[in-house]
Amino acid sequence: MFDLVVLVILLPLLGVIVNAFFGRRLGERWVSYIGPGAVGLSFLVALILVLSLAGLPVDQRHHETILWTWIPIGNFQVDLGFLLDPLSAVMILIITGVGFLIHIYSVGYMHGDPRFARYFTYLNLFVASMLTLVLGNNFLVLFMGWELVGLCSYLLIGFWFERVSASDAAVKAFVVNRIGDFGFILGVMLIWTTFGTLHFTEVFEAAEKSLQSGAPVAIAITLLLLIGATGKSAQIPLYVWLPDAMAGPTPVSALIHAATMVTAGVYMMARSHVLFELAPFTGQVVAWIGAATALLAASIGVAQYDIKKVLAYSTVSQLGFMVAAAGMGAFGAAMFHLTTHAFFKGLLFLGAGSVIHGVHDEQDMRKMGGLRSSMPTTFWTFVVAALALAGIPPLSGFFSKDEILATASSQNIGIYLLLTIAAFLTAFYIGRQVLMVFFGQARSDVHAHESPRVMTIPLIVLAVFAAIAGFFNLPGVGSFSGWLGEQAGELNLAVAAISTLLALAGLGLAWLLYGRSPVQQDQRDPLAVRLGPVFTLLERKWYVDEIVDLTIARPFKALCSFLAGEMDLGIVDGFVNGVAWLVSLFSRWLRTIQTGFVRSYALAMLLGAVLLIVYVATR
Amino acid sequence: MESIFFYATAAIALIGAIGMVLSRNAIHSALFLVLNFAATSVLYLMLNAPLLAVLQVTVYAGAIMVLFLFVIMLLNAENVSVDSHLRWQPIAALILGGLLLVETVVTVGRPLPLNPAGVTPETLNQLADPRVLAQFLFTDYLLPFEVTSLLLLVAMVGAVVLTKARPAQKRDQRRVRFADQVEGSEGASAVMSEPQGENRPVA
Amino acid sequence: MAVSVTNYTVLSAMLFTIGIIGVLTRRNAIIVFMSIELMLNAGNLAFIAFSRAFGSVDGQIFVFFVLTVAAAEVAIGLALIVTIFRSKNTADIDDISTMRG
Repeated sequence: MFDLVVLVILLPLLGVIVNAFFGRRLGERWVSYIGPGAVGLSFLVALILVLSLAGLPVDQRHHETILWTWIPIGNFQVDLGFLLDPLSAVMILIITGVGFLIHIYSVGYMHGDPRFARYFTYLNLFVASMLTLVLGNNFLVLFMGWELVGLCSYLLIGFWFERVSASDAAVKAFVVNRIGDFGFILGVMLIWTTFGTLHFTEVFEAAEKSLQSGAPVAIAITLLLLIGATGKSAQIPLYVWLPDAMAGPTPVSALIHAATMVTAGVYMMARSHVLFELAPFTGQVVAWIGAATALLAASIGVAQYDIKKVLAYSTVSQLGFMVAAAGMGAFGAAMFHLTTHAFFKGLLFLGAGSVIHGVHDEQDMRKMGGLRSSMPTTFWTFVVAALALAGIPPLSGFFSKDEILATASSQNIGIYLLLTIAAFLTAFYIGRQVLMVFFGQARSDVHAHESPRVMTIPLIVLAVFAAIAGFFNLPGVGSFSGWLGEQAGELNLAVAAISTLLALAGLGLAWLLYGRSPVQQDQRDPLAVRLGPVFTLLERKWYVDEIVDLTIARPFKALCSFLAGEMDLGIVDGFVNGVAWLVSLFSRWLRTIQTGFVRSYALAMLLGAVLLIVYVATR
Repeated sequence: MESIFFYATAAIALIGAIGMVLSRNAIHSALFLVLNFAATSVLYLMLNAPLLAVLQVTVYAGAIMVLFLFVIMLLNAENVSVDSHLRWQPIAALILGGLLLVETVVTVGRPLPLNPAGVTPETLNQLADPRVLAQFLFTDYLLPFEVTSLLLLVAMVGAVVLTKARPAQKRDQRRVRFADQVEGSEGASAVMSEPQGENRPVA
Repeated sequence: MAVSVTNYTVLSAMLFTIGIIGVLTRRNAIIVFMSIELMLNAGNLAFIAFSRAFGSVDGQIFVFFVLTVAAAEVAIGLALIVTIFRSKNTADIDDISTMRG
């Protein structure tokens, strides 16, 4: 029964094959059935599997399907196997469920694009890769999915490769991810040399048995894995790729850069939580990185004008919350926030896409405004998601974020402070965004229109989940943490009250600045007026890109051009060319031997025969 | 008596060989070669190999040489210039050939009696018996024997394929003939088709 | 003086050398080809002589195979000469030197 888990991956893969090979001949209509259909069927299978998994007793909720031995080299045995347990069950439901909605939405969003079939090929491939990542039963299958996801991300960010910015962003995402992958694969290798296996269950059993808490090798492994996680989950210092990744189509941003791919790092840490629990030092590092990322990204998000950039930094910030939770050992809370975030951030991106679609590809919020009346469905769903993000009870974001804050308050007051400030900024920037986009007067003469139903229905479905997902882990209603085998986080009323008040304060501040007297056309941003150079600093993203460019990229380029110019062209090529020149000189002389006369050749043969007989006879 | 007969036959064989190499006319060469083959077949008889002697005459001197004669006459290739622009070639060939001869004679020239101790007249009779040959051919050497039949088949197919005029060539030939008729000049045909042999009645 | 195997092998060597000289000195492709046949024939003679000397029929069997191979070779070789003659209109192997380096 649970072997059907293979189908969950195979169905999107089938979609890839059909769309890739027949997509252009099938036409837009059939592709728009096949692409979302494959993911939809996959979601159904996943749902049935998860429901039957839930029907089993707790200690039996662990099922492995091994297809074949993938790499049998001596005692290095890696199976191509899949693991269905509560953790991967949550992930496949999010991936296929949210993915399915985004596929449907894409049918409307990408309508008329000349590369429609290719788009769905990539999207299906992405879903299949992400499913491989979360379903793999060992680190190498996870790594395969990890890399495939990176590839799909590259393809989809650079989908409109005619735009220089898009192809640059794609390359940037690829390179930055590669740095993270490097750390990750080193971690995997270290796991193998330490435990002699890559299989999850075996590794964790061996780790619990043989390693003491704080063992150096555990710290080394987890730090390396952390590098991988910072790459995929966009944490300091490798977060820089994600905001640029907004160059791709907006549904892609929703799918990859909000709901699924960036959660890979958090998932990976949750998956190997046994190792992280053995390395408290790494936990500290992870928590501080997460908290710092949350605050930094939130502060940048305050000063952005591009509707998608705001959401991008918001994503980085929320990922920081998850990572911080994981670092504090609250993996249940991290996964819970991951789930709710998938709903409301996916919804925010799709809403933003709907807005961009409605105002004819305008992304600058300064040129929007007053869209409330012309795009009612988009407006209401966006507001639901925004409030969920801000953490207003009883929407989902409140519960999940609050659990993280409660954990932080009891464990580390510094991290709690950072996260609380980040939460306040979150409420402020999302309030600013809602007010700038939907309220006030239109600041350009574009005639906005509501998006078609194929786009608004996914918005509504997501809005419902963004609203109610919080109850999954409310004591007495649902037990998300219990499902994952974690301790249910208790509701800390004081923390909840503080964060709710701060969220309201953030929204209120946003209203004071942007809502009370709506920004007029060509008017300076009120916040910029009040903050002055600080705002510029935030708008320019703390000059991180410039600093990276100056300290890493430039010296690296200089080194590269030295190696390519003086070293490669001068010495290496000089040597090679010299050899070639010698050879050609020699062969020009040698080729005169080739007279073309068969008889000369025969004579040479005879000479050889005569000499050979002399050699044989006198030996 | 036997040695006189041997030397006479050997002399004829050498005359045939040398005549073949020296003849200007290819037809004469071929006929000299037939002479050589006939002499060798007599030598085979003297060496108790009657079956091969017969085969030598029928296959070599008969079939193969007739094929040679056919081709020579077909191509009008009796006379090809003898003087060579490879001036050193004949001298080098003579020197190296002579060296090779010396070497072989030195190597295999140890006296070996024709009827060594172990070989009884009975075995000699067996050597001469075609049935013994056939028995070996169809038992120990069955696989090589079958493979040679395959080889002959391949050679046959290959010869047919090689000598068959290709459609493109035929078209060229027709075009050249047409050009000849229209222009009536040799220059045109030379321009149109580089190989003038196309016009010759070939095969 | 009785005839020994050496007489036959020396004769065979002489015939072989004459064949080689023919191959190396003649320009007519057909004569070159006939010289090769002469070389094969010389080899056959040596085979049969040794067959007799060792009282073994194997040598004769080899001659049998050489005959077959020679027949196949003649068929293909002459076909090649005819084909070359068609396109080059010559049987002079020195004229066929398109493989000059």
